[in-house]
Amino acid sequence: MTILGISAFYHDSAAAIIRDGEVLAAAQEERFTRKKHDPAFPTNAARFCLQFAGTSINDIDAIVFYDKPLLKFERLLETYYAYAPKGLQSFMMSMPVWLKEKLFLKKLIYESLDSIEKVDRKKVKLLFPEHHLSHAASAFYPSPYEKAAILTIDGVGEWATASICLGEGNKITNLKQMDFPHSLGLLYSAFTYFCGFKVNSGEYKLMGLAPYGNHGSPEVEKYVAIIKTKLIDLKEDGSVFLDQKYFNYATGLRMVYDNKWEELFGFPRRGGESMLEQKHCDLALAIQLVTEEAVIKMAKEAKRLTGADYLCMAGGVALNCVANGKLDDAKIFKQIFITPAAGDAGGALGAAYAANYIYYGNERKIDPTKMDALKGSYLGTDTNEQDIRMVASKYKGHFQHFADENELVEKVAGLIAGGNIIGWHQGRMEFGPRALGARSIIADVRNPEMQKKLNLKIKYREGFRPFAPIVLAEDVSDYFEHKDISPYMLIVKPVKKGRQIPYPANFNSKELLDKLYFLRSDMPAITHVDYSARLQTIHKETNERLWKLLQSFKSKTGYPVMVNTSFNVRGEPIVNTPEDSYRCFMRTDMDFLVVGNFIFDKTKQPEWLEKDDWKTEFTLD
Amino acid sequence: MDFLKDLWQFLRARKKWWLAPLIIVLLLIGVLLVLGGSSAIAPFIYTLF
Repeated sequence: MTILGISAFYHDSAAAIIRDGEVLAAAQEERFTRKKHDPAFPTNAARFCLQFAGTSINDIDAIVFYDKPLLKFERLLETYYAYAPKGLQSFMMSMPVWLKEKLFLKKLIYESLDSIEKVDRKKVKLLFPEHHLSHAASAFYPSPYEKAAILTIDGVGEWATASICLGEGNKITNLKQMDFPHSLGLLYSAFTYFCGFKVNSGEYKLMGLAPYGNHGSPEVEKYVAIIKTKLIDLKEDGSVFLDQKYFNYATGLRMVYDNKWEELFGFPRRGGESMLEQKHCDLALAIQLVTEEAVIKMAKEAKRLTGADYLCMAGGVALNCVANGKLDDAKIFKQIFITPAAGDAGGALGAAYAANYIYYGNERKIDPTKMDALKGSYLGTDTNEQDIRMVASKYKGHFQHFADENELVEKVAGLIAGGNIIGWHQGRMEFGPRALGARSIIADVRNPEMQKKLNLKIKYREGFRPFAPIVLAEDVSDYFEHKDISPYMLIVKPVKKGRQIPYPANFNSKELLDKLYFLRSDMPAITHVDYSARLQTIHKETNERLWKLLQSFKSKTGYPVMVNTSFNVRGEPIVNTPEDSYRCFMRTDMDFLVVGNFIFDKTKQPEWLEKDDWKTEFTLD
Repeated sequence: MDFLKDLWQFLRARKKWWLAPLIIVLLLIGVLLVLGGSSAIAPFIYTLF
């Protein structure tokens, strides 16, 4: 049985295909169209999935869309009705979108797929599971657990903004849910907006900013108190009720009422790209602490309701890896599985799983030899030699080819140890927002200048933002305060205590950039200002070449740890093809590009004649 | 027609008959809006619709 899952029309459109319960391929549309968070119907991603599976669209059993459009329409109408006449402006914006397209989603989906191949409407079923069921399915079905609690938290789907389910065998039972307009995800997005970042994409920047806040300071405590007494009512089961008099999203076109928030916090909304001040960092820390408290309370409620030993998580808030780290520390569950594409892109995969197990009732088999069923999330397009040679020929690129993998790995490990920054494009592309070592930029963790260089000369992004480490799974506990696996970079843990360098006495009074440039550990490139790191463990089972590279780097330097950041510049989707990689490599200060078995040395490449500017090609995120 | 059938089944399943007149009125207003202009998504808000 073959099923195609689709998520589209909001943000992060994607397609995924499964056969007899096994995921074959999954990809986000943005990687093909080169438009970050592309909401358009994922024609390219769906075409790739079908080609990868080697199937005609008319030979698949069902196409599954990741939410229920009519239920979402009901939410919109009831909201407008409840707040009338306040929501007129929003109504005037939304109705044309719905009346032109979204109410006729069946037709739209079929017609979009017709551009790949004419779909036989009578033969191929079209199904619509609920948004949070798609999220829950994306986390539970590929997990290694027979029985688990499932927690989904995001901005909003149809009505639900968070849910607690029980997953057992091939069944998912919804036990409790929180509904719009009360939403932990929207609360976090409101602060993202107020701190001057883009809603829907800047949330992870707010999370990265929070460690610059002064823990335990009167300012942070004051902000936490304001949030908990004025903005929200946080219940013992983790439910949050947002006082709508401070929020504009239900009826307007902004997240909050700027003037009311200015009165509450004592400063205006930060303009995009303007200077970040300590108060912004303190506010980021305050909302992070409240979010962590809510997530832990929800998890405790999930434990109480299900009695399960394990927890699966999905939804945009599950990408808050700092909260995930705290949740792991709370030891409410034996182990937590967070699906790598926890946001809406993963809904495509979840929708396909939901149809397979719930609608068709197929048996679920767990392979006990595998960490999970997602193959390291390396589910996208593959890298082939012919494409690389074509790119080299097109741009007259000079390369060195390595027939032997061990020689390649030895060479690259030596280059990294020598301080070079490497574009690493290998195997199948990752599914989900994180680069997990298939489309990554990698570098030496020991270099104190590396974070600054990567941010300002390679990625062209804000200087305060941290970088994440990759570490051999076998060695994780020697370098970090963590003993378990973390294959999808979704958990934040401290660098090992013995490796941390104590703060100077006046640390809290330092400016943001002074805090940043204080040497914090023997792995300064990946140690955030609060000694934390967003961990990814590398496993031989899922990424043997990168595992070998780390082994080789360890033998040369003693460190089985490297910096890993996504292979892109600010505002650009992560690279997909060798051509994307070569272009990105040539437009930045990267030193070497390693794509498949080929190494391109920047110093030997012909002058880059394309005078294109990434700042005009990609909108800043 | 497919849409009207789905809408009818939806109202029946959700038992939200009270929404029917609301939907009709809002749809009529909505049609006028569609005929009257176009839309753009604001960058300051989560994609709620």
